[in-house]
Amino acid sequence: MTSISEDSDKEKVRSVSVDLNNDASLIIDIPDALCERDKVKFTIHVKTTISSFQKPAFSVPRQHEDFIWLHDTIVETEEYAGLIIPPAPPKPDFEGPREKMHKLGEGESSMTKEEYAKMKQELEAEYLAVFKKTVQVHEVFLQRLSSHPIFRKDRNFQIFLEYDQDLSVRRKNAKEMFGGFFKNMVKSADEVLISGVKEVDEFFEQEKTFLLDYSSKIKDATAKAEKMTRSHKNVADDYNHISGALNHTAADNNTAFKKHLEKSAEVFEKLRKLEDRVASDQELKLTELLRYYTRDIQAAKDLLYRRARALADYENSNKALDKARLKGKDIAQAEENQKKSLQKFDKLSESGKKELTSFKARRVVAFRKNLIEMTELEIKHAKNSMSLLQGTIEILNSN
Amino acid sequence: MSEDREAPALLGAAHTDPPEPQDAEDLFVSVACVTECPEAARLSAEDLSPGSDGHKDPDDPDDPDDLFAEATEEVSLDSPERQPILSDGPSPAITPVTPVTISPRLDVFDRSLDQDDEEEENRDTLDIQISVSDPEKVGDGMNAFMVYKVTTKTSLSIFSRDEVCVKRRFSDFLGLHSKLASKYMHMGFIVPPAPEKSIVGMTKVKVGKEDLSSVEFVEKRRSALERYLLRTVKHPALLKDPDVLQFLESSELPRAVSTQALSGAGILRMVNKAADAVNKMTIKMNESDAWFEEKQQQFENLDVQLRKLHASVESLVCHRKELSVNTAAFAKSAAMLGNSEDHTALSRALSQLAEVEEKIDQLHQEQANADFYLISELLGDYVRLITAVRGVFDQRMKTWGKWQDAQLMLQRKREAEAKLQYASKPEKLQQARDEIREWEGKVQQGERDFEQISRNIRREVGQFEKERVKDFRVVIMKYLESLVHSQQQLIKYWEAFLPEAKAIA
Repeated sequence: MTSISEDSDKEKVRSVSVDLNNDASLIIDIPDALCERDKVKFTIHVKTTISSFQKPAFSVPRQHEDFIWLHDTIVETEEYAGLIIPPAPPKPDFEGPREKMHKLGEGESSMTKEEYAKMKQELEAEYLAVFKKTVQVHEVFLQRLSSHPIFRKDRNFQIFLEYDQDLSVRRKNAKEMFGGFFKNMVKSADEVLISGVKEVDEFFEQEKTFLLDYSSKIKDATAKAEKMTRSHKNVADDYNHISGALNHTAADNNTAFKKHLEKSAEVFEKLRKLEDRVASDQELKLTELLRYYTRDIQAAKDLLYRRARALADYENSNKALDKARLKGKDIAQAEENQKKSLQKFDKLSESGKKELTSFKARRVVAFRKNLIEMTELEIKHAKNSMSLLQGTIEILNSN
Repeated sequence: MSEDREAPALLGAAHTDPPEPQDAEDLFVSVACVTECPEAARLSAEDLSPGSDGHKDPDDPDDPDDLFAEATEEVSLDSPERQPILSDGPSPAITPVTPVTISPRLDVFDRSLDQDDEEEENRDTLDIQISVSDPEKVGDGMNAFMVYKVTTKTSLSIFSRDEVCVKRRFSDFLGLHSKLASKYMHMGFIVPPAPEKSIVGMTKVKVGKEDLSSVEFVEKRRSALERYLLRTVKHPALLKDPDVLQFLESSELPRAVSTQALSGAGILRMVNKAADAVNKMTIKMNESDAWFEEKQQQFENLDVQLRKLHASVESLVCHRKELSVNTAAFAKSAAMLGNSEDHTALSRALSQLAEVEEKIDQLHQEQANADFYLISELLGDYVRLITAVRGVFDQRMKTWGKWQDAQLMLQRKREAEAKLQYASKPEKLQQARDEIREWEGKVQQGERDFEQISRNIRREVGQFEKERVKDFRVVIMKYLESLVHSQQQLIKYWEAFLPEAKAIA
């Protein structure tokens, strides 16, 4: 069972999206979380001045599945078709560290006590890092909703925040899930259909081209960044083993050289820590950023598809009207449909434009912030490494 | 007699390489308990008294005069077996002058201090440079082989020229090692092992694959061969060995066929190795010298530790290479992302990021090379060297075994003679007495050999330890400096990128 509640760290951690808590009327954060076996329980803390809420400040425990429920209800709400729906947070994935813990337990007999303790410490840090990441991503999801003028008023959002009992009753039952699944399938069929739809508006034409291309590129970049980070971690692991082996050798050697070896072992140990920090900072600032925006880009694409579908509907309604006029039957109905489709389409286009423009601004700001922070951290770590190494060289030379 | 004694004494002083000063006392103390054979023990007890001739006891069944007589023969510089190992410096072959050198041992030890320092200096400032370069492929297909240029630059007089270039192939190096091992290992010399064969690596090269792994393989081998030669000539006895000189200087070298695994000699080697392994298990040596026991244990431990360290470093090399590859892949991906990005400033920043990551990938490559050539290969060399050291300890055990066997035989012969005393068969009695004398000589030779090899090993091990500590110190330092360089570069790259990131508007 692990829990976190370090506020200072949260400030650094919450960086994937710009600070979304700038509107004091509704402030949401996740100060605490508990990990019980497979389930993570997030403690949502709300501070609000909005009258529709029963209390000005309160806390409520929620599970990951509750977040998914909230996301899905918002996706399925017609009125929000013209908005970019904040991407759902991914499921907490502790599989990696858990597997490693398991392997470590199995290999305990083949390594020294110190090595085992060190690796255990490392794994616990890894566990904590995964934990922090998942808290951050759930937090950002809620904050995106709370800072959006339309979403923050959503009824289900309020229920999510306030309902003081278990939400599982309201969560998707099997039928609903099936419905949702079907909807997703239809959507991907639409993708093919809609990409072919002729676009009259230049803005949207550009956006479509951009988003389609960018989404595949950013997915690729995310995967490559993940591999790079993993390699970094492997190198750090190796430093750990080397340090252990050096210490082992030092135990047997004559005094002067023994000190030399021990100092070297120490250096490798410290290098390991630094390399680990480099890897995890890179992951947090770069990989997480890319991951998040991969999902966000998908949400933007979804908006485009919904609009494109509305356009297709409008065009169909036009055809239906023409047919009706030809046949001389149900003209009024067809006219009504056509008007409605046009309205819907226009509404989607208008809000879509706004959303996509602010999305780009948001993206640029987030990239800038993260790239700057990552670079500053890289410089800091490299400087630390260098002074550590130079210090050691001096000591070893003077021996 | 005195003449004889002087000459050998001089020789003893000049040619014995005595052990480290701090071991001197140990040697004195330990020699007394080195054997269980009563006759030999008496000999040693006398030897212990400094300055004594140690051979004046008329009741001594081991007639000192006889010993001297034998000694004189061995001492002769003109003796044919000794010819090739002529030297004006320390030479092991001439030193089995044990009975004589035992007495003036104190003298020898006094001189030993100077000797050792000189030796040390000689090893440190050895004026010889050897480089192995320009690998060239000769021939085609499965019969192809690589030829390396071996350049020796030196001002030492034993070489005929200041600078010599010869072409050698891998089997030549193996042949050289094989000869040196057969000459010196049984005397307790640590002969540096040659680089290992690699069927996979060589096949790729033969087949003509010009890819990166073949190039790397050839470079790895070239470097290993260079290190091998440098280590070999560092050893003063090996440096003066005619086979070594021939290897470095003569333009034509007879092809070393016996190094092939499936040749007659190869099979013989395998059989011998197996026999040795069996022997090791059956000879239960009574180690009365704590130094040897301690050292053997120490080397066993070191073997395990170095192997573990080597494995960890190999893993580091592998992962760093992976890191380099993954960083390059990310760089490309970031560049494409930058191209796709429609916000101009962000697009530029992403392209810059891609460039930085590309440079960092290069950095990782270089660091991986440093990891490998500085540390990993060195550790590999030392793992093999330690095997050679342990081999030398095994040789000592073998020598001890031979000595014990000789003593047993002598005993049997004596018993036989005693029996014949009452059988009145004068010719047989005489024969028995002759045989006794023969085996007495063998026993003495066995003891001498054993003490000689023990001495040699002490010296060799002392030198080896010094070299090892020095090597590791130097390498660790170089490696840390390479890491510093990497970090400096990283700082440079990221500091150049920072304003680019800040410029995103």
